[in-house]
Amino acid sequence: MTTAIVDTSTANIASVRYALERLGARYKLAETPDEASECDRIILPGVGAAGPAMTRLKATGWAQALQGDQRPLLGVCLGMQLLFDYSVESDCELLGLIPGRVERLDPGSDGPWPHMGWNTLTPVKSDEPLLEGVTDGAHVYFVHGFYTPLSAHTSASTHYGIGITAIARKGHVAGCQFHPERSAKTGAQILTNFVKGAA
Amino acid sequence: MLARRIIPCLDVRDGRVVKGVRFQNHEDVGGIEELARRYAEEGADELVFYDISASPSGRTVEPEWVGRVAQAIDIPFCVAGGIRSLEHARARLFGGADKISINTPALENPGLIDAMAKEFGSQCVVVGIDSRVIDGDWRCHKNTGDPSKTSTEHRKTLDWIREVVDRGAGEIVLNCMDQDGVREGYDIDQLAAAREACSVPLIASGGAGAMDHFRDVFQKADVDGALAASVFHKAVIAIPDLKAWLSAEGVEIRL
Repeated sequence: MTTAIVDTSTANIASVRYALERLGARYKLAETPDEASECDRIILPGVGAAGPAMTRLKATGWAQALQGDQRPLLGVCLGMQLLFDYSVESDCELLGLIPGRVERLDPGSDGPWPHMGWNTLTPVKSDEPLLEGVTDGAHVYFVHGFYTPLSAHTSASTHYGIGITAIARKGHVAGCQFHPERSAKTGAQILTNFVKGAA
Repeated sequence: MLARRIIPCLDVRDGRVVKGVRFQNHEDVGGIEELARRYAEEGADELVFYDISASPSGRTVEPEWVGRVAQAIDIPFCVAGGIRSLEHARARLFGGADKISINTPALENPGLIDAMAKEFGSQCVVVGIDSRVIDGDWRCHKNTGDPSKTSTEHRKTLDWIREVVDRGAGEIVLNCMDQDGVREGYDIDQLAAAREACSVPLIASGGAGAMDHFRDVFQKADVDGALAASVFHKAVIAIPDLKAWLSAEGVEIRL
């Protein structure tokens, strides 16, 4: 069981790698899809803006490859947002693996923008495999200014001004808006669920 | 609901964690990874590593220990001290730091904030501000890690907060110097004024000495996080006790 980490050349790659090392999970950093051919699952990390990230995924061949891939896929933070159709952040088309749009978050009176810190996870779907062993209301670490609204593909939500999709899933494609690699024991459990075979 | 954050700050000098009173007379309080791991396990929500010798002496933090911290802990951390260029910032972020914090270099070259926000995103750009009253106004100070080089920067603190947020800072750490290390409580007046001026997350620093200081700064100054050093390093307050008490006092906390 080896997990490919898509080398998006963004700053949280090191954190994701170290998190898998703490779990004792094998991984391979894959700049191109060919380098991930032996892997049985894929993590798409990312921080920063959607536009430059999509440009890079297209240049490396990953965008097209992910659109045809059937292996379990986990997007993290920006990597989760890239799974959707469209982002207002960079006015750009995304991978289109999960229906929906990425919108600018308006926290209202709940606090400052962006949404930064530990917020609670509320399960929406009881059969979400990433949440096995995770307590309802557990805190995970979020850092984002754009978000995907609640939809039929929301597996877990959080709330900051408005309902936010915290975990999204459509079939083998899933994503976490928060950073499981920086979410203490809860994050480690979610990553364990993914690398140990949650589809 | 978003939880208020408890943030131990580890002042680093020559590869060790130190703590002084009003920025002076530093004493050794432990090793970097050892303290980082202990605080993460005790329930700290985030850690800040501040190389207090970096700015005055022209050195920078060693990216090598940044990587070791990133491997050791599973909570976010910020690295501060002597980051004067995009390359300095990149080395620390790609080494595994979640955020970088700039203080004196931002005062000397405010465009650095814009450049870092554009390159890495506002979410990882923190501006630290050392502030105290001079001539009836809160004003920023530079090079506070070395008393012989500490100087009064004449910018007014609240104006500076507005400017750095406009330039793309994603978070502000306001260190109230008169309170630093003396454990008599956070500077509620200054922090409440900063809260009004600050549209991004605001972290209080300087003065924590008892549990009710944390409750007061969350409830009266509405800050997003509270940073403290000596009360944690010297075991005056245990983080699990503090978090349980704050939760019972009605503060939203990650337990």
